[in-house]
Amino acid sequence: MPTLEIDHLDKAYGPVRALRDMTFDVPSGEIFGFVGSNGAGKTTTMRIALGVLAPDSGQVRWDGRPVDLEVRRRIGYMPEERGLYPRMRVDEQLVYLARLHGKTPAEAKDAMERWTEILGVAHRRTDEVQKLSLGNQQRVQLAAALVHDPEILVLDEPFSGLDPVAVDVMSGVLRERAEAGVPVLFSSHQLDLVERLCDRVGIIKDGQMVAEGAIEELRSEGRLQWSVDGAPASAWAPSLSAGSGLRVVSSEGPRTVVELDGVSAAARTSTADDAAQAVLRAALAAGPVRSFTPVRHSLVELYRDVVSTPTEEPAA
Amino acid sequence: MSASPIVPSSGWSTVRLVAGRELTTRMRSRAYVVTTLVMLVAVVVGGVVLHLAQGSSSAKVVGLTPQTTSLTQPLEAAAKAADDDVEVKPVPDDAAAKAGVEDGSLDAALTGDPTSFTVVVKKDLDSTSAAVLTSLRQQTALANAIQKLGGDPSAVSQQLSDVQLDVAPLQPQAQRDGAQIVAGYVAGILLFITLQTCAQLVAQGVVEEKSSRVVELLLATVRPWQLMAGKVLGIGVVGLVQVGVVVLGGAGTAAALGLVKASDIDLGATALWALVWFVVGFLMYSLALAALAALVSRQEDIGSVTAPVVMLMIVPYVIGISIAPWNPDSPIVVWLSYLPFCAPLVMPIRIALGTVETWQAIVSVLISLALLPALVWLAGRIYSNAVLRTGARVKLKDALRAA
Repeated sequence: MPTLEIDHLDKAYGPVRALRDMTFDVPSGEIFGFVGSNGAGKTTTMRIALGVLAPDSGQVRWDGRPVDLEVRRRIGYMPEERGLYPRMRVDEQLVYLARLHGKTPAEAKDAMERWTEILGVAHRRTDEVQKLSLGNQQRVQLAAALVHDPEILVLDEPFSGLDPVAVDVMSGVLRERAEAGVPVLFSSHQLDLVERLCDRVGIIKDGQMVAEGAIEELRSEGRLQWSVDGAPASAWAPSLSAGSGLRVVSSEGPRTVVELDGVSAAARTSTADDAAQAVLRAALAAGPVRSFTPVRHSLVELYRDVVSTPTEEPAA
Repeated sequence: MSASPIVPSSGWSTVRLVAGRELTTRMRSRAYVVTTLVMLVAVVVGGVVLHLAQGSSSAKVVGLTPQTTSLTQPLEAAAKAADDDVEVKPVPDDAAAKAGVEDGSLDAALTGDPTSFTVVVKKDLDSTSAAVLTSLRQQTALANAIQKLGGDPSAVSQQLSDVQLDVAPLQPQAQRDGAQIVAGYVAGILLFITLQTCAQLVAQGVVEEKSSRVVELLLATVRPWQLMAGKVLGIGVVGLVQVGVVVLGGAGTAAALGLVKASDIDLGATALWALVWFVVGFLMYSLALAALAALVSRQEDIGSVTAPVVMLMIVPYVIGISIAPWNPDSPIVVWLSYLPFCAPLVMPIRIALGTVETWQAIVSVLISLALLPALVWLAGRIYSNAVLRTGARVKLKDALRAA
């Protein structure tokens, strides 16, 4: 299976280092979510992958070969800055773009009809793009990325500005493409969506990949916490021994969250088990416990966690 | 995956696609159709008006009564000698002749005895006709005298008409008439308008792609030079069609109405040269404007960024049409007609005026074409470096340097 490899990209705009050693892979059939705050380097990475920007160093490869113009013609791209000819008809525009990517006139027309149908803009085919609502322009923009049956999809914020129905349609399309073997790389600020849709996630900050992996993997790298529903924390927390590394993170009436310092959620060690039992015993000693569960972090929490941690400045 | 294999394409098939898009979208635009029609109507109507104006001022209708009808042949001969256009019209008698002059159907009438005719006019006789008719009277008087002396008047008149004046000009001046001057103006104005519009269309097209950000989508699959070349070629063909329609319309009208005499002006060659100069001029100006327009991201900024090249068009144009028709050999006009970036607007005027040899026109075209490869390289470099930098205006210096 061919893989899209982003390999050690560096890019500086004057004094600003936009990308530092950006590295990750998107294998065929995988949906990779790219998250990070504004200006973190997502768009820069994608633009380099599409060759509209040159990296200072590093390389983007597909199937082991550097991405050149011939490969790029087989990438479906949705730029961050949406772009279509405002005064050109939807159908003509899509056919033109498909043909620029090497499709014959007949193939281009078929694909245009298919994708406008799937994306729900078939009834606007003969209208100029500028006459469409922003949501429909967005659908046409996605059609533009798909109309040449790309082997790779690179989509910058494909969900921004879409209504819930369109989000569902778009998610369905991305899943279906991934099942057909296309690697899908997309960026988004809608983390719940990323969590639902992606096989793997990369969180970037200040041009660096700070966390990367399947959502479950990332979760397990988060902090080890338990949520207790029972007597208020004040009644039992002081009894936890000072040297155990356990501390109360939050306490609201009967709900208390306790964290074990210095151990990640991945550590399925006896230390972790002992600590859990210590917490439960302390809580039970103070009264009945209605529930006791390890905390599962959402992507939003993981993201906040990762982004709020200061990145270490490289020495050189 | 079901995707059919994508055929690797040669660079030029992409250029053709880009050019094809320009062609179809521009040709369908209402502005293009309207301007082309307006220009076509202008040259055709202009030709017809010119024809009507010539028609009313030329052939003077002179009425001849049965008595003076013997003067037909000498009158026509005398008129021809004086380069005056006279049409003879027989009238039944003196009264009818006077009535004809009165109601304007005759410009003049000759009544009475052929040897001592009276010229009936409405108010006054114009000087050319007066000279023609005076010479006619002198000839009849001379013929009578010769006859009285026993000579042969027709032999004498034959000898007289064989007399020719030998003129040896020290500074021969090319003969220019109204038709040439009109053709010079039309060529100058037409080329200026179409070159301006088409080069501006290229500039607007470049900025349209930049401001709508579609350029990023395009450049992910098309090389910058292909995009620029396709745009220039596509709009060039659009402009060439426009110029062709107007030139054909103008030349066709002129030929159909006999506005120009073949001896004065070679209509076909003038029209052909106008098309050649359109192509040469368009390539130069549009490449320059495409490169400059790539520096800005908003339509409003096109004016200021392209001003230097637009001035480079206006100055030779103004000099061309204000000096060349009256003084086509003025040194400044001659120099400008060889200088690249000026020649496309000056040389066609000189060609229409009939003051250049074909080889001179060819030399001028070659000088401009010699500059083209450097221009293509420079424009391509500026365009490629600047077209993806949206936002503030890119400095020309930066666009030239950055790789």
